[in-house]
Amino acid sequence: MNLSKRAIQFLKTLFQYKSALAGSAILLILIAISIYTVIAIPYEQATYLWQAGKDIWLDNPRNALPSWVNIFLPKKLPETITLDTTRNQAGVTKIIVPIGKEMSKVITEMSFIYNYDDFPSEINLFYESNFTSSPPHLTIYWENPEGVKFKLKDLTVSNKGAYYLSSDEHLMKMLQDYMKEKFGKDPEYDITPEIGLFAKYDETILKKETASPLKGEYRVVIEGVLFEKGSDVDLKLVVYGKVCGMAGTDHLRRDLTIALLWGTPIALSFGITAALSIAIIEMIIAAVSAWLRGRTDFILQRITEISMTIPFLPTLIMIAVFYKLNIWTLLLVIIALSIFGPGVKTYRAAFLQIRSFPYIDAARSYGASNIRIIFFYMIPKILPTIIPSLVLSVPDFVFLEAALAILGLGDPIAPTWGKIIDDAFSAGALFKGYFYWIIEPSFLLILTALGFALLGLSLDKIFNPRLREV
Amino acid sequence: MAVYIAILIANMGGYVDEIIKSEIRFQISVKVNQDPAYKLLPPAKKSELIEELYQLEIKRLGLDIPFILRSHQYLLRALTLDLGRAIYLTSDTGSKLVKNIIMERLPATILLFTTINVILFLISLMLGLYVSRRYGSRLDKLIVTLSPLSSIPGWFYGIILILIFAASLHILPYGGLVDVPTPEDPLQYAASVLKHMILPILSWLIAYTFIQTYVRRTFFLMFSQEDYVEMAEAKGLPPRIIERRYILKPTMPPIITDFSLTLISSWMGAIITERVFNWPGLGTLLYRAAMMLDSPVIIGSVVIYAYLLVITVFVLDLVYAIVDPRVRYGVT
Repeated sequence: MNLSKRAIQFLKTLFQYKSALAGSAILLILIAISIYTVIAIPYEQATYLWQAGKDIWLDNPRNALPSWVNIFLPKKLPETITLDTTRNQAGVTKIIVPIGKEMSKVITEMSFIYNYDDFPSEINLFYESNFTSSPPHLTIYWENPEGVKFKLKDLTVSNKGAYYLSSDEHLMKMLQDYMKEKFGKDPEYDITPEIGLFAKYDETILKKETASPLKGEYRVVIEGVLFEKGSDVDLKLVVYGKVCGMAGTDHLRRDLTIALLWGTPIALSFGITAALSIAIIEMIIAAVSAWLRGRTDFILQRITEISMTIPFLPTLIMIAVFYKLNIWTLLLVIIALSIFGPGVKTYRAAFLQIRSFPYIDAARSYGASNIRIIFFYMIPKILPTIIPSLVLSVPDFVFLEAALAILGLGDPIAPTWGKIIDDAFSAGALFKGYFYWIIEPSFLLILTALGFALLGLSLDKIFNPRLREV
Repeated sequence: MAVYIAILIANMGGYVDEIIKSEIRFQISVKVNQDPAYKLLPPAKKSELIEELYQLEIKRLGLDIPFILRSHQYLLRALTLDLGRAIYLTSDTGSKLVKNIIMERLPATILLFTTINVILFLISLMLGLYVSRRYGSRLDKLIVTLSPLSSIPGWFYGIILILIFAASLHILPYGGLVDVPTPEDPLQYAASVLKHMILPILSWLIAYTFIQTYVRRTFFLMFSQEDYVEMAEAKGLPPRIIERRYILKPTMPPIITDFSLTLISSWMGAIITERVFNWPGLGTLLYRAAMMLDSPVIIGSVVIYAYLLVITVFVLDLVYAIVDPRVRYGVT
């Protein structure tokens, strides 16, 4: 009763500070995200998705911006359009007509509305077929909204594969020739299939800056000949956009949302565990040292002095390189390297004062054990005063994890914010202008730091009243 | 001591040696198998030859002595800065000696981070003193409000600054030490280096100026409430003299301690800042060595960092003795 009253009283004092309110709100949001993530995407699934290479993410564009940028842009960037014959989809029809005894003809028609102000980033046609000896043969036609028709390719398919329109040299040449014939001169740049197939066919196409996409309904007709009875072909056309998902994608087509979401619980638990355990262990060492005095004190203090001369980050890097640690072992190493830190010295000084307090004498006179005195009488006495610095030190460890990831020494599997920044750095995101790739994890890192800093500083003002006057 | 621990950890009981050994074996077998001179040898003879060459190589590298003995040798060598030879990395002059590789990089690190720390120290000292005399003013409140900026480390601001000044505005370089091609004229060379130093320095200033000013200010405030300061004010001494003689002088020793601690932590923070700015210092070297698993270079760098730490502490102890007459030797 008394305790809960005091807690409420404390919270009331705390929330008088707007900064404490803001900090707690930020932290609550981050915790909510963490809980949602852990429940919605199990860790195994997240790491599987993050590791799986390009097969899982084949339908995502490379380096796409997050979808919400379209709200702010005057020109609408394209979303990815996927047309799949195995799914029951509007705009996709597949008819199989038997010709003769064995053979049959399969006509797949795909139509879609293209209503964006920019060209797609890539176009792929995936196929999957079953046959025993003679593979099906496909002919692919393209028709734009104005009725201009191209024959794109004749293709003999394998069991599973893809026709990459975007890297088809022959198609590029054909489009280039078409433009030359139509306008009597060469375009001033190399026409890529995306531009050649989607552009308005007027003078604007001759310059890369002015070329713009034609809006309307596009049709792709794929005529196929099946040479065997029971053989079939399924097709999937993917017109890759330039925006994708809540957070965009990276160079491996992975959806950044997963790493951004999973980065939250990892960063929070990493930072809080490290800060909390280091502070508590430092305190226990200091208390033991101050209470027992004598030889124990001497040894513990020498260990502390030695460990303070170990260069922390280089040593940590060295360990991370040689032992190839995952993130939780790394956490243990960080804690092990930090427990004999400068905190031991300051806490010890405080404990030496407490040691001579009358209530400790009283405890000793009724025969309390060493452990009882250390854990029940000494540590609780200074516990409140270290809470602010503990909260304030959490971001240090969150950023330490990010720093290690940027040095290429993070967890090899877990998706974290630092890993995203590392990927972006290595892929030259800053040079190529993929700013979203760096800004998104950075924003979350800043938010985390801000939350803990605001809360910690307000706590500091409450626990160290002298700061309030000054 | 720290150096010895570094060596122990680095070798993790000889595990690195195992990696090196297996790599040597692999290289030798590839070499023997591809050498046309040995092509006609029967397989048994060939593997014998490989084994022989392998043992020779092990002997040459001194890998056949037990690890505990070797670790003491390593320690002795590390203390005398004989850091051995790198496995993969070379210095710009082509040397494979770890010492040469590190010495080539060290000036860049020292140049950048000493500059940063001195600027940071002077700004926070002046500003802290100024603000502490005008406490409650608008500038004072601004500094208090901005001090949480320090919860984000300097290198992180570096990324944001690169994003703004290099990637978006194109007015400052992304990173590196000098322009490519390197200017011939020493004056232009210096100007180019300065240009490359702007962003790293700025990133650290954003991160740490306000918090340090805040700490100094609080400190000065505590001291300016002392009786002797009030006494000096009552005497009617000009504020400059009060600041210098009565506030700055007695607070100097703890401020020096604080400076030494930030300097030490900046050697650590330097690694990641150098990676972000591609600054060719010790940190970048350590990063590259870590990527290539070049253990002599990694251990060498850690040893050098340990030395830097000790030297910093030592030098500042000397400075301490100069500013604080109480700890001066022979003065009672």
